[in-house]
Amino acid sequence: MKKLVMQLEQLTCPTCVKKIETVLEKTEGVETSTVLFNSSKVKISYNEEEVTPKELNRKIMNLGYDVLSMKE
Amino acid sequence: MKYKNQITALSFILILTGILAGNAGMEAARNIALVTATVIASIPIGMKAFQSLRMKAFSIELLVIIAVVGALYIQEYMESSVVTFLFLFGAYLEARTLEKTRSSLKNLLDMAPQEAMVVRDGESMLVSVDDIEEGETLLIRSGGKVAVDGTILSGEASFNEAAITGESVPVTKGKGEKLFSGSLLDHGYVEMIAEKVGEDTTFSKIIELVEEAQEAKSKAARFLDKFAQIYTPGVVVLSVLVYLITRNLHIAITFLVVACPGALVIGAPVSNVAGIGNGAKNGVLVKGGEVMDRLSKVDTLVFDKTGTLTKGKPEVSSIRTFLGMGENELLELTASVESASEHHLGQTIVKEALKRNIQIHGDLENLLVEKGRGISAKLKEKNIIVGNRKLMAQHDIVIDRDVEEEALRGEKQGNTVVFAAVDGRVRGLFFIKDQIREDAFSSLKELRASGIRQIIMLTGDNRHTAELVAKELELDAYHAELLPKDKLDFVEKLKKEGNVVLMAGDGINDAPAIATADIGLAMGDGGTDVALETADLVLLGDNFRQLTHAYSLAKATVRNMKQNIWFAVGVVALLLAGVLFGRIHLAEGMFIHEASVILVIVNAMRLVKYRRKNLTVESEKNMENLMDIKVSS
Repeated sequence: MKKLVMQLEQLTCPTCVKKIETVLEKTEGVETSTVLFNSSKVKISYNEEEVTPKELNRKIMNLGYDVLSMKE
Repeated sequence: MKYKNQITALSFILILTGILAGNAGMEAARNIALVTATVIASIPIGMKAFQSLRMKAFSIELLVIIAVVGALYIQEYMESSVVTFLFLFGAYLEARTLEKTRSSLKNLLDMAPQEAMVVRDGESMLVSVDDIEEGETLLIRSGGKVAVDGTILSGEASFNEAAITGESVPVTKGKGEKLFSGSLLDHGYVEMIAEKVGEDTTFSKIIELVEEAQEAKSKAARFLDKFAQIYTPGVVVLSVLVYLITRNLHIAITFLVVACPGALVIGAPVSNVAGIGNGAKNGVLVKGGEVMDRLSKVDTLVFDKTGTLTKGKPEVSSIRTFLGMGENELLELTASVESASEHHLGQTIVKEALKRNIQIHGDLENLLVEKGRGISAKLKEKNIIVGNRKLMAQHDIVIDRDVEEEALRGEKQGNTVVFAAVDGRVRGLFFIKDQIREDAFSSLKELRASGIRQIIMLTGDNRHTAELVAKELELDAYHAELLPKDKLDFVEKLKKEGNVVLMAGDGINDAPAIATADIGLAMGDGGTDVALETADLVLLGDNFRQLTHAYSLAKATVRNMKQNIWFAVGVVALLLAGVLFGRIHLAEGMFIHEASVILVIVNAMRLVKYRRKNLTVESEKNMENLMDIKVSS
């Protein structure tokens, strides 16, 4: 199990939180995900054999949020 | 959406064109411009609405899209374009102002070091903080940041530790002293050894705690979140009802738009975020909105004595000499002998000598340490015996009557007395005391003025010392000679009597009582791990002014939150009434709605800058004093 922290662009609507969390939790290999609304960060713990940080990054980009940086 | 700002601007231009065309009587051109404005502005809104819908989340965007489609259907082009424009523009303003309320956290993050000079294979090189490993040696020069937690190997420098403690007055540190990541080296040069790196540093932990605290919602905020989930679909149902009753599509659509819960949903959390951010900037960690809420209701303060009301570091409070001995001469002899001892009372005497720049000699002979009694040695052909009464008796030293009287007097004042005999006679007494913090009295007074009803001290120390401290600080009550379990029972009793209790301790032996109290407060140097984890409230700068700040900040934050909630509820109620009585139309409804969202954020922003007024005056005075010292030295 690995941990990943992504810094997103400034989040402004509380509904984005739910949106991002739902999408991530439906993703194969993602154990838990938490969106920190005020600091605009996503914390994910995932199984590195099933999913890569790159794929997770793409998922969030597809939802319409820019990922500014990632930290494992 | 990358082009959101451009789209907003374009839709604004199109609306202006439409209005001008309309005034010039070009009906067709007006409609084309307005419909185009509506359509482009609807693209980003529609995408968001669609994405949320896919996640089965009911979003505000969806309400707006339904309303816009409705407005287009009844050919109210002006209304539809203005609504979409205002929605986008409002979101833009919201983001800008939200950024301000979150700015204190961002300021903290900006203080995080990025790279550091590390010695590897005998050469110094610049590396990213993520690559530094435990045990490596770091070099820090003037203007440099400390990138890890660790200990100074050599050198001396003054550091600004504001990122950790909230104190901007620089502190001087030298060999063997601890450094925290995030501190700024003001001037000087040091080499340090890394002990905690990356996520393990105190600074990283503080950032993480603040981030999580800002997410931890208060009861009010959690309630509003749930409320919004029911409220939003509820509004749709209601507006359908409005349509069925009035048969007026226009009113129904307006109702739909103005009933959006924007200000209501954002009002409470935004106050908390600003309040917690303000605390973090001033060295006060408040762990979440819930804690903020409870802290504002505290009416009873319970202190453990040592380390909270007192400094927790005993000091020599005064020295008495006899038989013509000089004070500094006595100190020189005694401190030299005590420098060989590790006893904490002995260390205070050594510290006092260092403070007075008195030389300490290492050439001791016949050194003998007596556990629980004291120490004796020969120095400069003199026999020196330092310790308690038992040690004097053991060496058959008679304590003269005037010396004994002085000693008793000192003990009654709460001192521990150390006897110093030179060549067979007691020639000096050292009075050692755990001093009360300088800012304790004035801060407790301020706390009372802000709403604290009673202040109680619990201590494991003896009755005598406890009484003195309680009297000096004008406490309401004190209980001495307690065990940790007794403290816990006492806190429970106070809670049962209906008091809201804040328990302050140094975080280690008081942990059970801290955990039981409504608010557990840990005071301690630079935030120890235990303190950071068990307490609800942590004072990183280890001073009382931060406690008064935290208390009044909590009151201000809760007040601010209430203002926001009442304001938002009021606006929605007025708007809905206005719509039902046909006084408010779509565009102005949207405008008032967006304005109310911005207003609650702006109101919360006041908390970012919040300071107690008399505090500012005081700290300015302190600054002036500091300047004076600098000038005169």
